[in-house]
Amino acid sequence: MSELLTPSQTVGPYFSMRLPWPEGPYVVPAGTPGAVTVYGRLLDGAGDPVPDGLIETWQASPEGRFAHPDDPRGPLPDGDLAFRGFGRAPTGHDGTYKIVTLKPGPLPAGDGRTEAPHINVSVFSRGMLDRCVTRIYFPDEAAANQADPVLQAVPADRRATLIAAPAGHNLLRFDIHMQGDNETVFFDL
Amino acid sequence: MTVSEQGLIVPGSGKLALPEYMRPQPGNHPPLDSPGYKSTALRHPKQPLVLLPHRLTEVTGPLLGDELITMQDADLTTQHAGEPQGQRIIVFGQVRDSDGRPVPDTLVEIWQTNAAGRYRHSREHHPAPLDPNFTGVGRAITDQGGRYRFITIQPGSYPWGNHYNAWRPAHIHFSLFGRAFTQRLVTQMYFPGDPLLPFDPIYNSVADQAARARMVAEFSLDDTQPEWALAYRFDIVLRGRSQSVFEEAHA
Repeated sequence: MSELLTPSQTVGPYFSMRLPWPEGPYVVPAGTPGAVTVYGRLLDGAGDPVPDGLIETWQASPEGRFAHPDDPRGPLPDGDLAFRGFGRAPTGHDGTYKIVTLKPGPLPAGDGRTEAPHINVSVFSRGMLDRCVTRIYFPDEAAANQADPVLQAVPADRRATLIAAPAGHNLLRFDIHMQGDNETVFFDL
Repeated sequence: MTVSEQGLIVPGSGKLALPEYMRPQPGNHPPLDSPGYKSTALRHPKQPLVLLPHRLTEVTGPLLGDELITMQDADLTTQHAGEPQGQRIIVFGQVRDSDGRPVPDTLVEIWQTNAAGRYRHSREHHPAPLDPNFTGVGRAITDQGGRYRFITIQPGSYPWGNHYNAWRPAHIHFSLFGRAFTQRLVTQMYFPGDPLLPFDPIYNSVADQAARARMVAEFSLDDTQPEWALAYRFDIVLRGRSQSVFEEAHA
C-alpha cells in the first residue's frame, strides 16, 4: 500500500534568500579545461523574461557516469571523482541564467539503445506550482540525437527546442520558452 | 550476471536494470495551469508534456552532503547576535518514500518570513518590520531514519497581489532532493487551523483533499518542550520506486 505523496507547491518569489549559492552555476570550477558555458533566457507566454526563476541541471560526467549508487555500472572512474553533475542558477532581471559544465558522455538506455549526451533541467519560478522538466541536447551530436530514444518520442517539429545553439567557442545558448510558437518541450517525469 | 540491491547488469549485453519510480496520481500535485493563481497563466506549458522514461539520468540525482551545512543552519534562532522576535517553534519530521522507506542523508532546505510576515529579500516591500536577528533560511541533512529537525520562529501571514484582500496563510517553504532526479520536490508547510487556508489559491491548487492535507503540519504536544518551544511535525513523502524492475534481456 503506497502513501500519498506530499504535493508540490511553487518556489515563490523569495527563494533567492538562500537556494542559490555562489558556486551553484559551476558544475565544474571556472577555468576547467574544456568547460562549456550554457546560457539562455527563461521567457514567459508573453515573451517577457522571467526574472525570478531558478534553473537546476543534472547530468552524467564526460565519461557518461554518475557519482550515485543507483548507477549499476559502479562508482565513477578516478578521473571523474571531482565531477558533481549538479548545477543551480537563478535567472537575472533579464531572465538570463548561466551554467558552466563539461559536456556529458552518451548513456546506455538499458535496452541496447544509447541516449545522446544530454543535461536534465528543472525549471522553478513563482507562478509554477510544480517544476517544469526539460532536457538540453548538443548541436554537434546530430547522429546521436537522431538515434536518441527520448528525442524520437518528441514530435519531429518540436525537437529543435531541445537542442542548444552554438554561440561561440565553448559557448551554447539554450532559451526556455514556457509558451508560444517555440514552446520548449517539457516532460512528464 | 551481477545482481545488487540497486539493479542488475547483464555483462556484455548492454542491458541495465534500473529502479523505476512511481508516477504521481492525478490530483496529487497541482496543475501547472491553475487559474485561481494568476501568475500561472503565462508560466505553464500549453503543449502536452512528453513522457520521460526513468533511465540513468532520472534514477540518479545530486547527493548533496553535509559539507554544505553547519549545525547552525538548522537553528534559525541562533544565526545572529540576538534572539529573533516571535513564537519559537520546533519543526521536525521524517522524509520517506511512498513505500514507507526513510530517505536518509538528504538535504532539506527551508525559507520563510519572520514573525511579522516579512521576508528578508530585496524585492519584498510589505510594510512590516524586518527583524535584525532573523534571516529565515535553514538547511539540514536527514539522519539514518530520514529525520530532520529545525528550530525557528512561527512565520506570519502577508498580503499578496493575486486578488483583492489576498493573504498567504503562514507557511514554510521546503526544498528536497531525495536520492534521484525523479524525487526532487519543492513544497510548502502550512499550520493547522490557519483561517486563511480555505481562501488560498496556492494551497487549494491541489485538487485532492487528502493530498492537500499532507501539506499541513501536525501540532505535537509530546514533542513540545516545556517552558521553551511548541513543536510541529511535518512528514514529507517522496515518490517510491519498484525494487526490482528488470529489463527483458532479449537474445
